[in-house]
Amino acid sequence: MKYIEEFRDKDLIKKLIRHIGMVMRGKYVFMEVCGGHTSAIHRFGIPSMLPSGISLISGPGCPVCVTAMDFIDRAIVLAGYSDVIIATFGDLIRVPGSSSSLERKRSAGADVRIIFSPLDALDIARENPGKKVVFAGIGFETTAPATAVTVLQAGKEKIGNFYVLSAHKLMPPVMEAVAGGGTALDGFICPGHVAAITGSGIFDFLPEKHGIGCAIAGFEPTDILQSVLMLVRQVNLKSPSVEIAYTRVVNAGGNRIALKAMSEVFEPCDTSWRGFGRIAASGLKLREEFAGFDAERRMPVEIPQGIENPACICPDILRGLMKPCECTLFGKGCTPDNPVGACMVSSEGACNTHYRYNIYE
Amino acid sequence: MNDTVTLNDGSGGRQSARLIRKVFVRRFGIPLPLTDSAVLEEDGSLLAFTTDSYIVDPVFFPGGNIGKLAVCGTVNDLAVSGAVPMFISASFIIEEGFPLDDLEQIAGSMAEEAENAGVRIVTGDTKVAGRGKCDRIFITTAGIGRLKPQFRSIGTGNKVRAGDRIIVNGSLGNHAVAILGARHDLSFSTQVVSDCASMNHLIQLVLKECSEVHFMRDLTRGGLAAVLNELAQMTGKGMTIDERSVPVDSVVRGLCETMGFDPLHLANEGKIAYVIGESDYMKALEVLRNHPLGSGSAVIGHITDVNPGSVRLITSAGGTRIMEPPSGMLIPRIC
Repeated sequence: MKYIEEFRDKDLIKKLIRHIGMVMRGKYVFMEVCGGHTSAIHRFGIPSMLPSGISLISGPGCPVCVTAMDFIDRAIVLAGYSDVIIATFGDLIRVPGSSSSLERKRSAGADVRIIFSPLDALDIARENPGKKVVFAGIGFETTAPATAVTVLQAGKEKIGNFYVLSAHKLMPPVMEAVAGGGTALDGFICPGHVAAITGSGIFDFLPEKHGIGCAIAGFEPTDILQSVLMLVRQVNLKSPSVEIAYTRVVNAGGNRIALKAMSEVFEPCDTSWRGFGRIAASGLKLREEFAGFDAERRMPVEIPQGIENPACICPDILRGLMKPCECTLFGKGCTPDNPVGACMVSSEGACNTHYRYNIYE
Repeated sequence: MNDTVTLNDGSGGRQSARLIRKVFVRRFGIPLPLTDSAVLEEDGSLLAFTTDSYIVDPVFFPGGNIGKLAVCGTVNDLAVSGAVPMFISASFIIEEGFPLDDLEQIAGSMAEEAENAGVRIVTGDTKVAGRGKCDRIFITTAGIGRLKPQFRSIGTGNKVRAGDRIIVNGSLGNHAVAILGARHDLSFSTQVVSDCASMNHLIQLVLKECSEVHFMRDLTRGGLAAVLNELAQMTGKGMTIDERSVPVDSVVRGLCETMGFDPLHLANEGKIAYVIGESDYMKALEVLRNHPLGSGSAVIGHITDVNPGSVRLITSAGGTRIMEPPSGMLIPRIC
């Protein structure tokens, strides 16, 4: 596969690791914010290759993991209506709400469909004019533009049976919460695909305000290792900055078309995060002119008061304060087949990837 | 909230195994380990006996249809047990309104595939369900084959030992990708064709030429990762697999990258994992590679005494990790 194999070159990987080892001066803790990075790091076995002085910890960038329970509960209640079709991204259907999951509702007869793009939900709406199709949208600046484009298209076509239940979120506010939240960190491996949309500038506040360096990384082993090397150097030189280790995709300006669609349709709102609670201006809700497509406004429902399992340490894991293996439920009461917390559900979740890929000696 | 059967329970991974153990094994008194065929002894001669049900959406897909699949699957389940498949039964549950032309085409494929495999379809049953009571057509086949005593332990993996090599007979994941592509619900179309084929003739060739075939299993639901993890659990041995040596076509690999799937978890319908003794595996590789259904064969790893019960993967990047068994349905990634 051209343009992928080159970034998995074994010799280049070895060289990078040797180089990292040579420039290291002590111990370093870096957070990979994006769930895609967590998954790639473990899938390629990078922890088994890195020098022991480097710890990579997972952050709050797994969209399924940070989705608050009340959102899941709301989707579950809506799925219970016979005239509603829920369309959503794969992993979300497995996340336990306070008493069920979308997957369980589906096995009990609810119409819950897994889609690959929000535009697929619009197709479902066109094909089922007698039903209300609710797209349960999660994800960061990476997926929000696709939802925005879908809403614009629905508006253009005047499709009256399409709704968005938005749990879309923004990356900078939660990184601010981590940076100011007492997690001992030497640098952020920043999400490459968020930066591809927003441009690299959204991370500038981290070195400027918090003195924490950033390297924006792609998702291949050499991308990730290059970002580690960049961060080690920044720490050594005591000159935190925002560097791009993914220049083939990321630039300073971002994707203007995607940003325009996003700001046309969405406006920032306060929203709840699993692990962090409410963070100001960290979510995206549909603007007033698109309120007709907003499931929360158009289909108000009573949702149960969700209670998280008190033994689950997902909140601390998402903030980088604890590791999956420090949880008493990990691998015992909580496994990918029977997850307790959201971090065990998503293929990008810290607990799930640790369970599936890590070697416990 | 764990009280209904979900689609995950039928995905061939850990959840399927748990369902079978919890509900059926004890009640039916089935001896462990669970193998692809039961071995029956009568008057000193051995018979292998197996059954399998087929539900596939779509019924017709590039490289085959549900009928061909139903014959190949049962032939292969017998063949990997070391048996020579002989007789097959075929039962049909057909939804009211199913086109007769399609049914004839399916039956034609079954007859053709039975002839290819050298088996006879000798009995069966037909039921018609009301519209909406079954999804177009479901087929159940059962089969029996003759098993030579020297091959009796192939299905159980009892003879597997450290140093044995693990071979697969070609690229993994084509069947799953062909089906996903034909379904058109994941927004892609491909030219990938299912590898659906009866493997019994090739397996018999390998058994004839190599005396150290210690285990065989067809890599259907759950793919290579499910089979190797099951073998590791059954035998208490460890395994080391080199990801770079596992054959995967570039189209399948590219699609997996896009969708977030692992080719090691994808279903095949004409791929077998062979575990073969150290002194014999080169011969097996030669036999396999000289056959059209094995031209892409490769040694992908070996059996170890270390890491008992676990499968280790040397990743394409050079790192090491667990090769985990699949869990639940294949779900495309979010971004």
